[in-house]
Amino acid sequence: MLADAKIPEGYVRVFRRPDSMSDAPYTYCPGCHHGVIGRLVAEAIDELGIRGRTVGIAPVGCAVFLYRFYRCDFVQAAHGRACAVATGLKRANPDLIVFSYQGDGDLAAIGTAETVHAANRGENITVIFVNNQIYGMTGGEMAPTTLPGQRTVTTPEGRDVRATGYPLKISEMLAQLDGPAYITRQAVYDVRHVQMARRAILQAFRNQLEGKGFSMVEVVAACPTNLKVSPVDGNKWVTEQALRYFPLGDLKVRDR
Amino acid sequence: MPKGMALIDRERCKGCGLCIAACPFGVLGFSDEYNSSGYNVAAMVHPEKCTGCITCAQVCPDVAIEVYLFRPAPVREAR
Ligand SMILES: Cc1ncc(C[n+]2csc(CCOP(=O)(O)OP(=O)(O)O)c2C)c(N)n1
Ligand code: SF4
Ligand code: SF4
Ligand code: SF4
Repeated sequence: MLADAKIPEGYVRVFRRPDSMSDAPYTYCPGCHHGVIGRLVAEAIDELGIRGRTVGIAPVGCAVFLYRFYRCDFVQAAHGRACAVATGLKRANPDLIVFSYQGDGDLAAIGTAETVHAANRGENITVIFVNNQIYGMTGGEMAPTTLPGQRTVTTPEGRDVRATGYPLKISEMLAQLDGPAYITRQAVYDVRHVQMARRAILQAFRNQLEGKGFSMVEVVAACPTNLKVSPVDGNKWVTEQALRYFPLGDLKVRDR
Repeated sequence: MPKGMALIDRERCKGCGLCIAACPFGVLGFSDEYNSSGYNVAAMVHPEKCTGCITCAQVCPDVAIEVYLFRPAPVREAR
């Protein structure tokens, strides 16, 4: 309960912070979508009752301090290597529930090979992929997922696809492989999509419990700071721009 | 309409305004207070309109909101 709050008689609490989250405040900027996504992961851990045997893999990126925000074990991997670290942990101790949490600079740039091969091997891990179309932590450089024409500090005139290629569609790529069990793309820009993303993240963890194999939830997110817009306009960026290149929905669902 | 209450943790709030934009009943707004990090914190400006729908809490990036619903204990008839 909030420390200084006085709750009048007759009121019952219907929403509070998940148990799997620590009291540490997030280090994210105001309005950053990482915050909601991190909470949904904690809610899934709570709902499945797996906190005691869950190990998270924190990335390099704005989520590098992820281990501070949870009450479960964590490893902080070298840039892009989270899926490889997760593979080792899970194979060495199959009773653990292992998830990685990675940005697009981490998972889709320097870590592309680790990600593709973990997916192709069908490793029984859960991957949360936060695609905010930019390198947030380092000050807003172009990512492989940056939209055509999008201005970043390294593409001040907008991304020129002739020089730097097109937004990399990791989920579509992985969905072509035989290895993965579940590949879905979600968003958190409004309450309906938050609920959908919540169900997807829960499913990605449940798949691991059932031994189904590699499950990845991509979340199309906003980094209002580097877009240089307000948080409310960051949500608009997602709906009006990002979803044109990264349409939402399930890309692969294997039921065995 | 159910009667609700959204309590915002002033120290966690970063004044992003997403809860204010998301509340379907116009309950929330910026208060005239600033927290120790210098953020202008959100608060209930029309508490009487809150239905306890938890929309604000679901979209708050900083998990700063708790929601309460008025559910008085059933009154037992004396016999
Ligand atoms: C080996 C190595 N190369 C480069 C960097 C610099 N670096 C830190 S974070 C980052 C990218 C972060 O972007 P993303 O993964 O999209 O996460 P975000 O910060 O946007 O959440 C880079 C390139 C590094 N720390 N280590
Ligand atoms: S820089 Fe962007 S991704 Fe990083 S915390 Fe700030 S808003 Fe979030
Ligand atoms: S619980 Fe619903 S009605 Fe009450 S402040 Fe939050 S969003 Fe508005
Ligand atoms: S969404 Fe959360 S952090 Fe943003 S203004 Fe509302 S209470 Fe504060």
